[in-house]
Amino acid sequence: MTDISSSLTTADGRPLKAALAAAQARARRKAFLLVAPLLLFVVVTFILPIGQMLQRSVYHDGFSKAAPNLSQWFSANPEGTVPDEAAYAALVADLVQMKKDKTVGEAGTRINYTLPGTRSLFTSAARKSESLQPPYKEAMIALDAEWGKAELWGAMRSSASPWTSDFYLIATDRKRDSDGSVVMVPENQRIYIWLFAKTFILSGVITFVCLLLAFPIAHLLATLPMSKSNLLMILVLLPFWTSLLVRTTSWIVLLQGQGVVNNVLVSLGLIGDDGRIAMIYNQTGTIIVMTHILLPFMVLPLYSVMRTIKPSYARAARSLGATSWTTFRRIYLPQTLPGMGAGALLVFILAVGYYITPALVGGADGQLISNLIQFHMSKSNWSLAAALSGMLLVGVLLLYWLYDRLVGIDKLKLG
Amino acid sequence: MALPVYADPLERIWYYTYHAICVAIFLFLIAPILIVIPLSFNAEPYFTFTQKMLTLDPEGYSLRWYDLLLTFGMAAPDVPRDSSWWADAWANAHWVKAAKNSVVIGFWSTIVATVLGTLAALGLARNEMPYRRVIMAVLISPMIVPIIIIATGLFFFYSNPCSVIGMECGRLTSTYTGVVLAHATLGIPFVIITVTATLIGFDQSLSRAAASLGASPQRTFFKIMLPLILPGVVSGALFAFVTSFDEVVAVLFIAGPEQQTIPRQMWNGIRESISPAILSVATILVIISILLLATVELLRRRSERIRGVTPQ
Amino acid sequence: MKKILALTTAMTVVAFAASAETTLTVMSWGGAYGEAQTEGHVKPFIAKTGINTVMTDADNPAPVIKSQVEAGNVTIDVASVEYADAIRLCDEGLLEPIDAAALPAGADGTPAADDFLPGAVTECGVSTDVWANVFAYDSSKFPEGPTTAADFFDLEKFPGKRGLRKGAKAVLELALMGDGVPAAEVYDLLSTPEGLDRAFAKLDTIKKDVIWWEAGAQAPQLLADGEVAMTTAYNGRIFAAAINEGKPFQIVWDGQIYENEMYVVPKGAPNKDTAMQFIQFATSTEGLRGQAQHISYGPSRKSAMKEELIFKDGKTVMAPHLPTSPDNMKNALLTSADFWVDHDAELNERFNAWLAAN
Repeated sequence: MTDISSSLTTADGRPLKAALAAAQARARRKAFLLVAPLLLFVVVTFILPIGQMLQRSVYHDGFSKAAPNLSQWFSANPEGTVPDEAAYAALVADLVQMKKDKTVGEAGTRINYTLPGTRSLFTSAARKSESLQPPYKEAMIALDAEWGKAELWGAMRSSASPWTSDFYLIATDRKRDSDGSVVMVPENQRIYIWLFAKTFILSGVITFVCLLLAFPIAHLLATLPMSKSNLLMILVLLPFWTSLLVRTTSWIVLLQGQGVVNNVLVSLGLIGDDGRIAMIYNQTGTIIVMTHILLPFMVLPLYSVMRTIKPSYARAARSLGATSWTTFRRIYLPQTLPGMGAGALLVFILAVGYYITPALVGGADGQLISNLIQFHMSKSNWSLAAALSGMLLVGVLLLYWLYDRLVGIDKLKLG
Repeated sequence: MALPVYADPLERIWYYTYHAICVAIFLFLIAPILIVIPLSFNAEPYFTFTQKMLTLDPEGYSLRWYDLLLTFGMAAPDVPRDSSWWADAWANAHWVKAAKNSVVIGFWSTIVATVLGTLAALGLARNEMPYRRVIMAVLISPMIVPIIIIATGLFFFYSNPCSVIGMECGRLTSTYTGVVLAHATLGIPFVIITVTATLIGFDQSLSRAAASLGASPQRTFFKIMLPLILPGVVSGALFAFVTSFDEVVAVLFIAGPEQQTIPRQMWNGIRESISPAILSVATILVIISILLLATVELLRRRSERIRGVTPQ
Repeated sequence: MKKILALTTAMTVVAFAASAETTLTVMSWGGAYGEAQTEGHVKPFIAKTGINTVMTDADNPAPVIKSQVEAGNVTIDVASVEYADAIRLCDEGLLEPIDAAALPAGADGTPAADDFLPGAVTECGVSTDVWANVFAYDSSKFPEGPTTAADFFDLEKFPGKRGLRKGAKAVLELALMGDGVPAAEVYDLLSTPEGLDRAFAKLDTIKKDVIWWEAGAQAPQLLADGEVAMTTAYNGRIFAAAINEGKPFQIVWDGQIYENEMYVVPKGAPNKDTAMQFIQFATSTEGLRGQAQHISYGPSRKSAMKEELIFKDGKTVMAPHLPTSPDNMKNALLTSADFWVDHDAELNERFNAWLAAN
């Protein structure tokens, strides 16, 4: 076999196998060259920025840059060393410099992340730093007894290196206690894990409601004659093409206290004027509006799967004596599973990262993790925002990978 | 789906209940979009139907909120409406400015996304494409990754784009270029998806036939391939345009006051005080989306017809 | 092809025609206040100098400055921030220092140093007005309205939702005053852990009935929409809604928390010199009067208050609506800049944890 194929040659005498390989390589190169510009574009305007941002989740030089003397002392003395006079002298020298360079705010903020409630220690100590006299240890502790505490020194030690895992600890409601071991923060200070859980739960609820609403209409569209279903399809596609902000506005108009729905209920006498239902600026608002916005993403894949289901199976089941419910449950439903899976996964992925709608209609309890990321961004708390982004991104990419495995991204359809 | 003749009474009841449920769901989908249209003509600054509106009294309706779209931000809105008034509105009115920005940014980001996206889709459709699956996943990911993460990344990156190669070279925040590039990235997945979908139905033997008849690859592309995949390319472009036209988070993070777009302006309005002016903008946007949707549907049918694909 | 070329050229012209000259960017708080500064400062400044100036909004410009300067991405030239923020940002090196000597004398010739109220000019900022955090209610709902800070927390006597600014500042103070702490003792108490616990405990009593607002314009809107029975607000916003739009809103001045509002220039502002020029113009006697005719915040120069201030409607006398009016000052608290400079970050953190806890 090999003998024959290697002895075959092209017209100009080259071995056929090599010519074929060369042609294939050329074709591959050509195909790749077509994709290359876009790939480069996406890497530069998308992947690189996100990577760069994520780096901030493990890097913060706010304290290490401002406190060179202390950083030196920390690297010279191993963990567990009780801070001596030299350590306090280094601290005071750094505080004096921080005051001069106006960096104390940033440095104090960095420690404050690791050990909440300590920023003002630094700002007030820096203000008085120039008048401090040796022995510095006594002088500092006289300023505030906090300066003698091991926990504070632990926080300074972990902040003295710009590379840190502190922000991932914070983002998972953990902290280091005074002996350096990782523990959960007290119950009443836990925010992030609960919010992640809430985001996933709410997304799950929204996905489920979408599925409930999409199933009947997708089925109707799939079983109607093409001309009619095309018309009805417009009712699904129009919301899909309408601006997100327009749809959110409409829902505010409909659902707010003095809105259309409440007014109708009041004028029908179903509720009193003072018993208007709070349907927006809370979790309910987030669920209703996001369900409306994401519903088309569920209808479209369900519809395209349902279109391919042949009615003959159902007829066969009926003729063999199955009730209509059994036919639906045993014959029809299993065939729609791929569509349900594709739609549910897509809706869930999009819901988990939603920002605009919760921000506008979520009120206090309808906010999702994206809103908290924005909050920390707006407070210049970048490293924590990056750590939360990193965790959210991992979650979303896992789901995306699952979608690709189960459905295939090339199956994604837009109307 | 007609009721089969052998249906029993229970099935009959279910049949009608089922249709009632479907009507309710369709209403849920479409009513919120249509409700803003009549309300935008409200003569009063409220968001509900006034008694006058319900009795169809012409006094209950007015165009004042549409008028406000023009006058809000004008230097001298109260002078007689001659050509200088219109010039003032064109130059100064906030919503007009926002509309200009939205169109310009949408236009350029669509061009970038469509050209790069179509080229890439052509490559991805070839059987020889190496690492097809991974690359496809990467190119679609701007649609999947939460927008807040993208915007946050761009905020830092645009502050100093050359920092990755350790240099300083100005910045892209508060520039039109920055917003255009960001929106192009967000629009790319849509172009890839629609063009790839069209290419799946494309008969490669047509290209080979052209090539065997002596056409250059460029000529083959422009004369044979492009006309056939054009409907897909145009719908992809429309998707990309709508994506940009509707995008607010990236604009919030990276745009300056000079790059205020319609969604950005709406965002302010919704958060602070929803005046019915927002509803008149919403109405205009709904009409635009109806037009766009109609275009895309026509293109899809045309594409199916010329490719000989029967609607499934 | 030619058409496309023509179109793209047209697009480019439209896009870049506006951005050719320098543009001064002023960031303020939006709504009625942003409008007052647009009318009182921005428009006259454009008319006088011909420099293109745009106004842009934020819920609070201070964190925007911080994030822009730290990201090396400064796009705003002038910003309007709260007093404590002006000092804190200055301490952190995020603001350009102000040349106090360059501020113009008052219209009556008084040198700037004597004309400004005490504390109105700091290292990095110049005051534009004195404003207050107050709470307001709809008098058509409560004819016998609430009169004291304690009433804000009395859900039995005055049932209904409450609007509060989402943040620790001014909320903790109000909670203590609502719990019967006299204004003079508020900050001493807040500096102790017990005092803080007491403030949060007071907030706990209304927590489930609170709707939190962020942008200043949201507060009067919540009241107008009937979403809340009463809400804290910046006093000028309530004034604007009551006088301009004829809403039946009443301000309760008991327990008001007042402070200076400052114009500042972020470090590395793209048009620093023009920004300084803008501030000198805006904080002149005419500039301050110009703004004060549009919103009920007291001007920070003595010379600006010599003549009676009349609202732009031509009839409303401003004096009784200002936070500094003697009638309104009976139980008033001056925001402690020292306290908030040091504790802002920590207390907001605790506040957010409290808010997130169920």
